[in-house]
Amino acid sequence: MKYTYYPGCSLEASAKSYDESLRFVFKTLGLELVELEDWNCCGATYYMSTKETISLVISARNLALAEKQGNDLVAPCSSCYTILYKTNQILRENFIMRAKVNQALKKDNLVYNLKVNVRHPLEVLVNDVGIQNIATRAPLRFNGVKMAQYYGCQIVRPERGLDDKEKPMMMDSLFQALGAENVYFPMKVRCCGGMLMTTYPDLALELNKNILECAEENGAELIITTCPLCQINLECYQDKINKKFKKEFKIPVLFFTQVLGLVLGGKPQELGLKRHLVSFNSQKIVEALR
Amino acid sequence: MKETQTKENKSWMTEKEQNRLRKLLLFQIANIPGGESIKKCIQCGSCTGSCPVSYAMDITPREVIALFRACDIKSILSSRTIWICASCYACTVRCPQGVKVTDILYALKRLAIENRIFPRRFPVYALSQSFVYLTNLYGRSYEPGLIVSYFLKTNILKLWKMLPLFLKLFPKGRIMFLPQRIRKRKNFSKILNEAEIMEMIVPVEES
Repeated sequence: MKYTYYPGCSLEASAKSYDESLRFVFKTLGLELVELEDWNCCGATYYMSTKETISLVISARNLALAEKQGNDLVAPCSSCYTILYKTNQILRENFIMRAKVNQALKKDNLVYNLKVNVRHPLEVLVNDVGIQNIATRAPLRFNGVKMAQYYGCQIVRPERGLDDKEKPMMMDSLFQALGAENVYFPMKVRCCGGMLMTTYPDLALELNKNILECAEENGAELIITTCPLCQINLECYQDKINKKFKKEFKIPVLFFTQVLGLVLGGKPQELGLKRHLVSFNSQKIVEALR
Repeated sequence: MKETQTKENKSWMTEKEQNRLRKLLLFQIANIPGGESIKKCIQCGSCTGSCPVSYAMDITPREVIALFRACDIKSILSSRTIWICASCYACTVRCPQGVKVTDILYALKRLAIENRIFPRRFPVYALSQSFVYLTNLYGRSYEPGLIVSYFLKTNILKLWKMLPLFLKLFPKGRIMFLPQRIRKRKNFSKILNEAEIMEMIVPVEES
């Protein structure tokens, strides 16, 4: 199966490990990823807060380019996924906006005819490949390591039928089938603050402290996430959280593709496991299939 | 009870200005899929209860909807609420009436930025401005440039405090020193120019 790949700006820099591990996982499972030709930034929340039509135009440019390449568009970053999906939805429902956007795109001989499906890699793996299929192909298993599955907000909200908005279980089911133990984690869809870490850090640090506290109290050894921004907030600011709230958090925060890559037989370098600030020993969590 | 806008109040916004903003806001809300559900708000407060940062807001999401329906745009735009919203959509999915609270707050943000209704050196505007400038220039976002430009505009001392994190992430290959660019930047600029013109198309009200 072939997919068009939209990395997004963060996967080229701060979330490089997500990009590396995703490409490894897809390759190992026989799914082909073709990078979107000359993709541009999706605009994130900043552009939508400033200009509505222009933000839809720059987001739609990616959709128009993807339409030319054919295939479904896979966007790993939860924020990019939400923006592209939302653009698709608005253009489908609002024909005046669609006309305005296409008028602007015409300047580069592009047009968008609503033929692209925007998808998230987690959903692609679970729905297109199937959990049983992945479990059959994986040579290793987890040794009962306790994981806190942190979905974050943008992957389940606003509602788009991906998973349950209050209690999603997609990632939980996937990792349970591979031998992990999922801890009780009621904060699984609680917001990490996102860009508030830059504009209102006090608020964001408290939100992240609550999430880390919940994971630790329930015995989690690691936190699995799907969004680059959540990963940075939870991992890279742990020292600031520790200092401010007098705690001693030292929980590794990894992308789901990284741990999935481990059971598929990937090496730490291939999965970007050396790029993390909180030390993590990958040998301790996998074992050979009995 | 919140004060209603009367001529005796010393306010920095005239009634004419409030009405103008209200009409622009109504147009933006009409563009949101399902935006007209704002009429169905029953003031139950589920939005405020679900919001992870409502405890830090001076005007809660529920109050924002109430104030908008009472034609008091001034109070909403003078508060911190729209800027603290992290757009997590918890309010939107829990609303029993389907009010698109987050998207309404986005519309309010755009209105405030377009009409310059916020304090000088305001953090969110400075960040959005830097982001938009860099994205228009390169077609991709450029994180180091964004952070430096943002802190130069708001609080240069904080830039110094970000240095330890930068020094930790750089050896791990997680910081891109040089900006990435898209190839067809000239055509991208043409698209943006046309989009600016498209942005200005709003219904004209007869006076």
